Amino acid sequence: MKNMRKILAALLITLFVSSSAYAKVEIQWWHAFGGRLGELLNEQVEKFNASQNKYTVVHTRKGNYSETLNAGIAAFRAGQHPNILMVFEVGTASLMAAKGAYVPMYQLMKDAGQKFNPKGFVSAVSGYYTTTDGKMLSMPYNSSTPVLWVNKDLMKKAGLDPEMDLSTWKRVGNALDAAKAKGIGMPFCTCWHSWVHLENFSAYHNIPFATKANGFGGLDTELTFNSPVHIKHIQTLGKWAQEGKFTYMGRRNEAGKNFRAGECMLMTESSAGYAGIKKAAKFEFGIRHLPYYGGTKAPQNTIIGGSSLWALSGKSAEENKGTAAFLAFLSGTDIQAKWHQDTGYLGVTTAAAKKTKSSGFYKKNPGTDLAGVQMMRNKVTQNSKGLRLGSFDQIRGIIDEEMEGVYSGKKTAQVALDSAVRRGNVLLRRFERANK
Amino acid sequence: MVEKKKTAYWLTHLGLIIGVLFIFFPVWVAFVGSTVSQDDIIYPPIPLLPGPHLIDNYANALFRGGPEGYAGASQVPVIRMLFNSAVMAFGIAFGKIAISLLSAFAFVYFRFPFRNACFWLIFITLMLPVEVRIYPTYEVVANLGMLNSYSGLILPLIASATATFLFRQFFMTIPDEMVEAARMDGCKPMRFFFDILIPISKTNLAAIFVIMFLFGWNQFLYPMLLTTDPNMKTIVMAVDSMIPTGDDYAHWPTVFASAMLAMLPPIVIIITMQKFFVKGLLESDK
Amino acid sequence: MEKRVVFKGWKLPILLVTPQLIISAVFFFYPSGQAIWNSLFLPDPFGLKTQFVGLDNFKFLLTDPYYLASFKTTITFSILVTVSSMLIGLYLAALADRLIKGSGVYQTLLIWPYAIAPAIAGVLWLFLFNGNIGLVSWYLQGLGYEWNHNLKSDQAMFLVVLASAWGRISYNFLFFFAGLQAIPKSVIEAAAIDGASFWKRFATVVLPLLSPITFFLLVVNIVYAFFDTFGVIHTITSGGPEQSTTILVYKVFSDGFVSQDLGSSAAQSVILLILVGILTVVQFKYIERKVHY
Repeated sequence: MKNMRKILAALLITLFVSSSAYAKVEIQWWHAFGGRLGELLNEQVEKFNASQNKYTVVHTRKGNYSETLNAGIAAFRAGQHPNILMVFEVGTASLMAAKGAYVPMYQLMKDAGQKFNPKGFVSAVSGYYTTTDGKMLSMPYNSSTPVLWVNKDLMKKAGLDPEMDLSTWKRVGNALDAAKAKGIGMPFCTCWHSWVHLENFSAYHNIPFATKANGFGGLDTELTFNSPVHIKHIQTLGKWAQEGKFTYMGRRNEAGKNFRAGECMLMTESSAGYAGIKKAAKFEFGIRHLPYYGGTKAPQNTIIGGSSLWALSGKSAEENKGTAAFLAFLSGTDIQAKWHQDTGYLGVTTAAAKKTKSSGFYKKNPGTDLAGVQMMRNKVTQNSKGLRLGSFDQIRGIIDEEMEGVYSGKKTAQVALDSAVRRGNVLLRRFERANK
Repeated sequence: MVEKKKTAYWLTHLGLIIGVLFIFFPVWVAFVGSTVSQDDIIYPPIPLLPGPHLIDNYANALFRGGPEGYAGASQVPVIRMLFNSAVMAFGIAFGKIAISLLSAFAFVYFRFPFRNACFWLIFITLMLPVEVRIYPTYEVVANLGMLNSYSGLILPLIASATATFLFRQFFMTIPDEMVEAARMDGCKPMRFFFDILIPISKTNLAAIFVIMFLFGWNQFLYPMLLTTDPNMKTIVMAVDSMIPTGDDYAHWPTVFASAMLAMLPPIVIIITMQKFFVKGLLESDK
Repeated sequence: MEKRVVFKGWKLPILLVTPQLIISAVFFFYPSGQAIWNSLFLPDPFGLKTQFVGLDNFKFLLTDPYYLASFKTTITFSILVTVSSMLIGLYLAALADRLIKGSGVYQTLLIWPYAIAPAIAGVLWLFLFNGNIGLVSWYLQGLGYEWNHNLKSDQAMFLVVLASAWGRISYNFLFFFAGLQAIPKSVIEAAAIDGASFWKRFATVVLPLLSPITFFLLVVNIVYAFFDTFGVIHTITSGGPEQSTTILVYKVFSDGFVSQDLGSSAAQSVILLILVGILTVVQFKYIERKVHY
């Protein structure tokens, strides 16, 4: 029966291929970008399609990051998956563990005879998507790191110097007090709670988020983000929420809307908020480093967020060639430099970063280089290399839930983080078991 | 006494009118939202009276899936989704009626081996709502290669014990004399089915049609899982996906225009076929 | 109750029931069997490997406080939706029944929301209470009441109940109205002569007469709240905040399709299956009685 189907399929394919020998090969790409980022992504695809005549890339937005990942996985099970799937950094461990579901990047490029230099990528970024023995599995597409966004007009309205030092959370707290006193409706908001305030927070303060080098060292890792420093920070956020200085807008980057509309004075959000803010803000804005706690030494480095592109398996050699060609095209210096400058994502290749610098872009747009600096300021430690945790999308969901409990005043930070760690560990064990 | 009666009379109307207003309120706001500009909506509050953009908004939604330059949800023209929904709803309604009529006919007018077993097998499906078996059903549909196809949207939903029962119940009320007369005339079962049974079931058919059409049109979870191709989206699931999570603004006039278009066909059907619908509903669920 | 006069032959009837049996087998029995079977396994999300784990998925579920909480959430949600939509439906039906003329017009004006998909109803209400721009939330803010259903679980619950009940009023109205119209006027007039006020008459004479319909609606509405409100939850809260609006059906979906934990999702399906079984038996008992009287 199975053979029958294969023969039939083969027959159909031959028929189809012979009748359309001159048609272009279609490469499907599922991604999560809408809005301004979607437009920029579309531009890249159109450029590629116009640049050659063998392949056509067709891109489809499948919803937000999580929805895109899930759609991809479900489609894979059903054998209806695209050639290229955008997977956000959180899903990396899940993909890595699913050997056989993807064609590793180095393999794909080799098979296709495509020139490709994995060394050209900034190591802080490519390290995330590379095995411990140095094999690159997926191609970094968009990577960013959290920064502090400042609405300077609102700062002035609050009677504050818009250039004031906001490098520590204590100073931020003072600024929020002043803003609240002056009747600013939304002094502080944040996007991506877990990513900014726990994951990056850990790296930035050089404390572990999970054991086994944040999961890089093995599947038997356990969460540790309920340390006193973590608790202190989340408790502070909870207090601000209760006092009306911090407004919770949602788990993802919903708060970006409020910042762009000029409602929110300070916001922690990805450096890639730049694309939308630059386009929409009718006020003067500034970019600052992510604040830290003064008690600790100078901050370590922050880690990336964003996505990489995975070539899913089960596609014909011809299609894989097209996939390879497209991915190589995307990693080209011009494309990368433009992407970096338009979006605020990091320049993921060294060449693109250099080109941007020499073009004088950072001088003209102060603050746009901060993200890169903040990420690469120190020698990376075990705590600041990144995270590699299975089922992490679910675990983030759990963290978000528990943090909602803190913001609404139902739970203390201690209770919430303890519970998040406990529930997260259950999932890590389940993942470990399923991937034995 | 008369005074009191009058007040009571007006109070009755007042109570009902408040109820009607409550029912209309969200839909009215949606209608207004489909006639104003994006700016009217994102700088609150939204006006309470329609604006001048009705034609733009509906044309944009219907033929382009949103205004020019808006890289929102899908950019699939809503008219395409309306078509998909229509195919699905009609397919389910007709499919259900067809197979239920046949099996009800068999159960009532024949005695055959395993009749009871078959009856229970069908009855038991009542206990298995779609949501309970989503994932395996998804896999079955995928294995049959029916994802992103109309048959995939229709077939899993046409087996319905409800319709079979309704027809069975109705057939039971038809006097035995009719069959006897038919048999006397040497009428073959299928002739009896087509020439006698179906014509006298007309009202019931219409009633069940309305209910099944609504059931099909309003499906949400199923099409959401079974379609990965944007061109196969149905309108009800599409409206939800037009509201992005994260920091994108939904293009609300498009969302509202699409929502209005999603509501219109079932509402028109329910109102024009009110008589059948009410009858069908009252009988079907009892 | 069986027909006495029937056609002869057994091939034709078997042919006639075959389409329905095939569809039921392929899309009902096989997947349900699969759900039961899968509940004993722990697969990886991509379906590349799987292992037998016995009843561990059930153990995992039943020790997860959030799963147990979702039972409570389901019950709270269902009761709120059922009671509120039935009360409003009954109230409107009682008013419409008082009218000699014009009740038909009100019926038309009230029943059409039945045609609106729960997911669409969800979108409409979501907009009205949208944190940034919603009409109702904007005015509430103006009154000094802070609306944020993304964070406040009671507000989130209120909103999903409101959106679910709203679309359900028409259905309840219709049944109550039909029930009221069927009560002979003489019964009520007799009570009126005794001098009882309208609402007293309503409570002592009318309501008891409506009890079969009320019971029926109770069951049907609970089934609705259990299974058909998925669209409302998905569009408005996606089960949040803190899973406070995650009803059982939503959890099957979110664990299976969002979290890709197919073992857990299958185990939940089995538990739901048992639950639905019980509900159906209750419902069927009632239907049977109806059929026979």
